[in-house]
Amino acid sequence: MKKMWGIVALAVLCGSVAGVRAEEPALTDPSAAPVMMEEALKDLASEDAAVQEAAVQTLITRGDAALVPKLEAMRAEGDRSLRMAIKPVLDLLKNKAKLTSRKQEERRSAAADLAATGNPMALVWLEAAFPTEQDRWVRYQIEESIGLIKLADADPAVKAAAATKLGELHSQNAVPALKELAASAGSAQAFSTGSGQALSTDSAAQTPEQALVAKAAREAIERIETWSSWTSAIETLFRGISLSSVLLLMALGLAIIFGLMGVINMAHGEFMMLGAYATFLTQEGFKAWLPPGLFDYYFLLAMPCSFLAAGLFGLLLEASLIRFLYGRPLETLLATWGVSLILIQGARVVFGDLTSVVAPSWLSGGMQLMVGVQLPYNRMFIIALAAVCVLGIYLLLFRTGVGLRVRAVMQNRNMSACLAIPTRKVDAYTFAFGSGLAGLAGCALTLIGNVEPGLGQNYIVDSFMVVVTGGVGKLAGTIVASLGIGGLNKLLEPSFGAVYGKVFILVLVILFLQWRPSGLFTIKGRHVDS
Amino acid sequence: MKETDKNGLSQQARAGNNQSRRDFLVSGGRVAAGLGVAALLGDLGNWALSYAADKEPIKIGVLHSLSGTMAISEVSLRDVVLMAVEEINAKGGVLGRKIQPVVVDPASNWDLFAEKAKQLLLVDKVAVVFGCWTSVSRKSVLPVFEKNNGLLFYPVQYEGEECSHNVFYTGAAVNQQAVPAVEYLMSKEGGGFKKFYLLGTDYVYPRTTNKILRAMLLAKKVPAANIAEEYTPFHHQDYQTIVGKIKKFSAGGGAAVISTINGDSNVPFYKEFANQGLRAEDAPIMAFSVAEDELRGMDTTALVGHLAAWNYYQSVDTPQNKQFVANFKAYCKKNNLPDGDKRVTDDPIEAAYFGVHVWKQAVEKAGKTDVDSVRKAVYGQKFLAPGGEIKMDEANHHTNKPVLIGEILKDGQFKTVWRSKGLVKPEPWSEYTNPDKGCDWISHQGTYQKKA
Repeated sequence: MKKMWGIVALAVLCGSVAGVRAEEPALTDPSAAPVMMEEALKDLASEDAAVQEAAVQTLITRGDAALVPKLEAMRAEGDRSLRMAIKPVLDLLKNKAKLTSRKQEERRSAAADLAATGNPMALVWLEAAFPTEQDRWVRYQIEESIGLIKLADADPAVKAAAATKLGELHSQNAVPALKELAASAGSAQAFSTGSGQALSTDSAAQTPEQALVAKAAREAIERIETWSSWTSAIETLFRGISLSSVLLLMALGLAIIFGLMGVINMAHGEFMMLGAYATFLTQEGFKAWLPPGLFDYYFLLAMPCSFLAAGLFGLLLEASLIRFLYGRPLETLLATWGVSLILIQGARVVFGDLTSVVAPSWLSGGMQLMVGVQLPYNRMFIIALAAVCVLGIYLLLFRTGVGLRVRAVMQNRNMSACLAIPTRKVDAYTFAFGSGLAGLAGCALTLIGNVEPGLGQNYIVDSFMVVVTGGVGKLAGTIVASLGIGGLNKLLEPSFGAVYGKVFILVLVILFLQWRPSGLFTIKGRHVDS
Repeated sequence: MKETDKNGLSQQARAGNNQSRRDFLVSGGRVAAGLGVAALLGDLGNWALSYAADKEPIKIGVLHSLSGTMAISEVSLRDVVLMAVEEINAKGGVLGRKIQPVVVDPASNWDLFAEKAKQLLLVDKVAVVFGCWTSVSRKSVLPVFEKNNGLLFYPVQYEGEECSHNVFYTGAAVNQQAVPAVEYLMSKEGGGFKKFYLLGTDYVYPRTTNKILRAMLLAKKVPAANIAEEYTPFHHQDYQTIVGKIKKFSAGGGAAVISTINGDSNVPFYKEFANQGLRAEDAPIMAFSVAEDELRGMDTTALVGHLAAWNYYQSVDTPQNKQFVANFKAYCKKNNLPDGDKRVTDDPIEAAYFGVHVWKQAVEKAGKTDVDSVRKAVYGQKFLAPGGEIKMDEANHHTNKPVLIGEILKDGQFKTVWRSKGLVKPEPWSEYTNPDKGCDWISHQGTYQKKA
């Protein structure tokens, strides 16, 4: 027995690769370990608190993941005292096993959870795992966890060193503990905003070591807060851009249909919904007919599918309804509103409410840019998609013959007809293209929201707001307006809250339109309709 | 009888009454039977009427939105009420009479709720109404029920602060859901959380619930700096900033999110939460408006490990619950309802279901169907509900129920992680925000001032 303890102790001291290797055979020793574990498991149920405590200690120091199922079973049957005793053991052992997992996220979350347990044994495991860890963010997490555990150490020197280290790491998670340290060492007034219990601690007795700790903690807090103000600036910027890209994607189709063609399409939101359901159907198709390995790529196919589905429906709607109503905005408004109601109820009847779109794994989670800043993949993808769409529309409208004809028809229909441009066809294709863009937006929206019949209703007002603010008929206006509204919204939200932030934006838009009734960008010169 | 029936019918028809043919027959029969006596002796006439109608079905009203935004939630309640009626009728009905449901659609429109409630009480003359989901729809029908002395069974958890003589609340009051949930989070077993982020949609239920929770947290010596409160508009989709705030708030651990977010805002919230790198271990979200029926239509990957508080889960392991779940699925399949046997049960569905049975037992105990007798018979009524035995309160019109904290699993079901010891007594007036008020219809007239 003693020999094994020695090996464990060696592992503790070295904290090196060799140490970890030495530990393994000891733990999986077939002869002695199981017996001991069995005894410890039995002792767990003991009424004597000391015996129970000893059993917990043995299990934590010596146990491994193989015990987890047994413990789980005991926990399910046991009484409250047993459950409470088992919980820390389970947490520690599970996380210990995860620390060597293949998955980066699992290792990382295990390291974070071990810090929360505050168990000194966790420190040993973390230090052992650190040298072999390759991933930058897991390494960061391990260092932070080590720092957090050491911060609770009894030795002031260790404490001070840990505080300094955490400051260097810009660890936001350490702030509450650091504030407590700084306050408990007699400088409560500087950080009185901290938690209540910090204030109640006795601040009279202050030794030089404590002063040192407090100083280190204060410096660390200052460092972390400077860093955090930078990160929140970056995050706000990203959020603004992200919201703008969502708005832009929704408004692009409308900018073409409403802006260029002058059709007030109240069913625009429902084209988005069609796109979202097309995405859902593509996903279901992949689930049903293709091997599960390919599932993650369904989204690539869903994008063209939703574009085509909404585009084709747009073509149909244009041919059957809209074309009879050109130049009659009020009738178009009512007719398309009716269409939108039919589509909503239709979707409710056909799909019910069992529709959930699962984001592909490569679009869930986020990229850690720097400490404290994680950029979600789905949002980055939408920003990129919006950029690609803008570029595509620009090239199509301004660099191709088709685009030239579209612009000609929009500017002066009669003159274009005289020049042998098939205006009917151009109208139909433009409408279909605008609808297709709405479908694509719907596809993208499945990444951040849910798929339901009323989906379009949530977005239609925002889309119109962007187009009108930007100036009807100008794509550049739509882009600038979406950036402005999205950015401003995210700038206001932290201080005003979501409800008043939105109210404030609407007031600003109204005031702006009072000042410039035709929006940011206006078409100069003679417009055929006006 | 036949002859008089015809006479009554034709007289009424000539009078130009616009009731349906069925109603002609029923009321025709009653008029014929009670004629004469009723004209002279009012009370005796009433008795004669009820005697004549004895073997006729008892009408009950079902007042749930079948179209519009609330349809997604409320249709399931209509289904389960009709299922309960079918069960009761299959066993011979109540007092030897069948139950005949009158289903109306208030279309998620609260003005229409009041109108339809009036129709049920005055035109259809139903004995009882099962209905409503949102608090605003309940508030809208309340005056109608109180003025006409109707009876409503309301099956959804709500914000409390109400004590109507004409409503039985089979859902949870705040002290049977939100308060124990937060107490659980504060307990050692629940994780010993110290900081709470109260997040909700901006309307009456979240606002009132959070008001009570804040008062409770302050009373439990949680410093005000450790409580954050935030609201979003309905259908809010962009949770980037709020999740960012939660991230800052929860740094260093010990923080939990208390969510009263409603409906379609939940998916974007949970997705954003996961994508910004927050985990259920860092800051669990305790939700009061997310149940199995809502989870059906969601991608649950981002929700796994988060918590909810209810009084019932489909996963509750009792024989009567297994039977109930199987019956409900079979019922939906048999009647070709959307999604058939893929349907799930949840807390409001269970509450709507046992409401019908509690009413039935009360009618049997009272021996008649009039509101005043049934009301008295409901007090203290016990029923072995799918989730375990429940008891209607002796005086305050609410329900004694167990409280269950559940963890969301990948398949959209819940694993119970904590269960209250026995039943929790309902308190419509929270001890934290209204310590001086009580609700009692036996020794007081509803809401009363407690003596200090």
